[in-house]
Amino acid sequence: MSADFLQFLFSGITVGATYALVGLGFSIIYNASHVINFAQGEFVMLGGMATVFFYGAGLPMPLAMAMAVAMTIFIGMALEKFAVEPAKGASIVTLIIITIGASIFLRGLAEVLWGRNFHSLPPISGSDPINIGGALVLPQSLWVVGGTIVIVITLAWFFNRTMTGKAMVASASNPLAARLVGINLKFILLLSFALSAMLGSIAGILIAPISLAYPGVGIMLGLKGFCAAILGGMGNPMGAVLAGLIVGISEALTAGYISSAYKDAVAFIIILAVLFLRPNGLFSTGGTERV
Amino acid sequence: MKPGLFRHLTIAAAAITMAVGVSNSDAKAADPIKIGSFLAVTGGASFLGDPEKKTLEMYVNKINADGGVIGRKLELILYDDQGNPANTVPFVKRLINDDKVDILLAGSTTGSTMAAIPFVEKAGIPFISFGGAGVITSPVKKWVFKTPHTDTLAVQKIFTDMKARGISKVGLLSGSGGFDKSCRKQVQTLAPGSGMTVVADETHGKGDTDMTPQITKIKGTAGVQAFMYCGFGAATSIVAKNYKQLGASMPHYQTHGSASKSFIKNAEGGAEGVRLPAAALVVVDALPASHPQKKVAGAYKAMYESKTGDSISSFGGHAYDGLMIAVEAIKRAGSTDKAKVLAEIEKTSNFIGADGIYNLSASDHLGLDEASFVMVEVRNGDWKMLK
Repeated sequence: MSADFLQFLFSGITVGATYALVGLGFSIIYNASHVINFAQGEFVMLGGMATVFFYGAGLPMPLAMAMAVAMTIFIGMALEKFAVEPAKGASIVTLIIITIGASIFLRGLAEVLWGRNFHSLPPISGSDPINIGGALVLPQSLWVVGGTIVIVITLAWFFNRTMTGKAMVASASNPLAARLVGINLKFILLLSFALSAMLGSIAGILIAPISLAYPGVGIMLGLKGFCAAILGGMGNPMGAVLAGLIVGISEALTAGYISSAYKDAVAFIIILAVLFLRPNGLFSTGGTERV
Repeated sequence: MKPGLFRHLTIAAAAITMAVGVSNSDAKAADPIKIGSFLAVTGGASFLGDPEKKTLEMYVNKINADGGVIGRKLELILYDDQGNPANTVPFVKRLINDDKVDILLAGSTTGSTMAAIPFVEKAGIPFISFGGAGVITSPVKKWVFKTPHTDTLAVQKIFTDMKARGISKVGLLSGSGGFDKSCRKQVQTLAPGSGMTVVADETHGKGDTDMTPQITKIKGTAGVQAFMYCGFGAATSIVAKNYKQLGASMPHYQTHGSASKSFIKNAEGGAEGVRLPAAALVVVDALPASHPQKKVAGAYKAMYESKTGDSISSFGGHAYDGLMIAVEAIKRAGSTDKAKVLAEIEKTSNFIGADGIYNLSASDHLGLDEASFVMVEVRNGDWKMLK
């Protein structure tokens, strides 16, 4: 029984870590612009798909990964430059709709470019499961979890210790004051799209050996990541990470112990409950309403 | 619209030929036979509509290059309904009332087919659908046929194989798509009559990336003898990978939804030993030379793959069979008189297609049986036909 529990738990942590990475991307862009970027799931898809195809074209794996990340960052910046920035001054809802349009466009582009079939990426360190207390875990799951931890630590350092990171935090909490002290808000917005495209593509590469890569892979991951971001308190990156894990683990435990039919409902029930009880998110300290 | 322009061009062309006096005296005979179609060429179901469209276009051109049917050329009038029934209805009306088509070879999805049926029945036009579900031809509708196998046949085929191996208790996992749900329903409906018990019935969501909790639960269910998965697309490979990860050893069955080479490739070894019913077309290379469909399916595969550069799927085969059944019926009828063509379609017997061997009648508008599936097992990364 405890082996089963561990199995469910590891499944939940792996899935939760991917939700967390996607949720982080949502949070970062929201912080810089108050835009909810619904193309976040497509960044994940692009990371995985591009790696598959660069690798398939004969590039060595590390180079293929780097190229895929670079390409996704470029697309993220292009999205900001050519779709979000020209609509500056438009309402937030308009901007959100623009990102939905961008997500459909990117999915269509991937279908045209790479076909509609699904593809796999070889796992980084083999596919022989590791036995942990009776639960069988794929090495790739550890890569996903490990990758998430590294990214979270790096981001924490970036936001708290570097001038650019601090500038991002500053413009998130008070755009006007940030501009007055000489922070280039345009650049920060561009940077936030680049950063979340990078996060998305890294997540896509890490999970591609598990989730496979296909044009539609980002739809559900994007939605679940969005749930994580809301649950963690929109714009609270660490909250998004914890919330992603909570959603992933509760899904796995529901599937394992109650019924898999209710698995997907769990995430949304948690969100509804949180929106009722703690509208600012599970991990917000509350009180500081930003206008 | 392009089709309209095309129509004008053909009329103009017909007028010119008549003026020059090359054509035969009967102007009617020079009119093209109009084949109407609405397919999910784009959108979520485009994996169905795209190969269907390519197949229809490819073979209509080929037939025309070979001199057409009963001395007349074929003209394909095709609209993209994106698999959305709401789009289908205006297209069906246009095909019937404006384009005045002779026959309909259309409907990538069950939804768009069902939406079209009332209009087709009222207008009285033979309609061969490429939609999957059994509801299209059961109960029989006068003017409506379909070429794809149903999931009923697939599940029967699987149960037959299980019974032969002494398996009677099945643990079922299914996805949340239309195909998955319909398959699950068939399993539940057919199990009692086949002496099968579904001891575990788990599901997973759309786009899920890890099914180990469900498989762990099924593995731990008391008495379970075999694992069966109803699903489609990337999830088929993920399930096979998870199954291997968990070291499960009982027989593993999937459906014709998994019958593609990408299932094997992307499962990375997890597909080894998986048994599934497949259309002869998909596993044509694994068929013995004596198999009746080897020649037809092989020729279609060679043509499709060389012309499009895509790899074969069973979906294009549905369109191939539909077109060929229609062409044969029109040849036998000697005209495009709708009632005559309908009668001839119903007389189709022992027609060897890519999907199976069709025996249609007034009471059976599908014409396929369990034998249209081949039971295969994945061995060394390829299909191996089971006896």
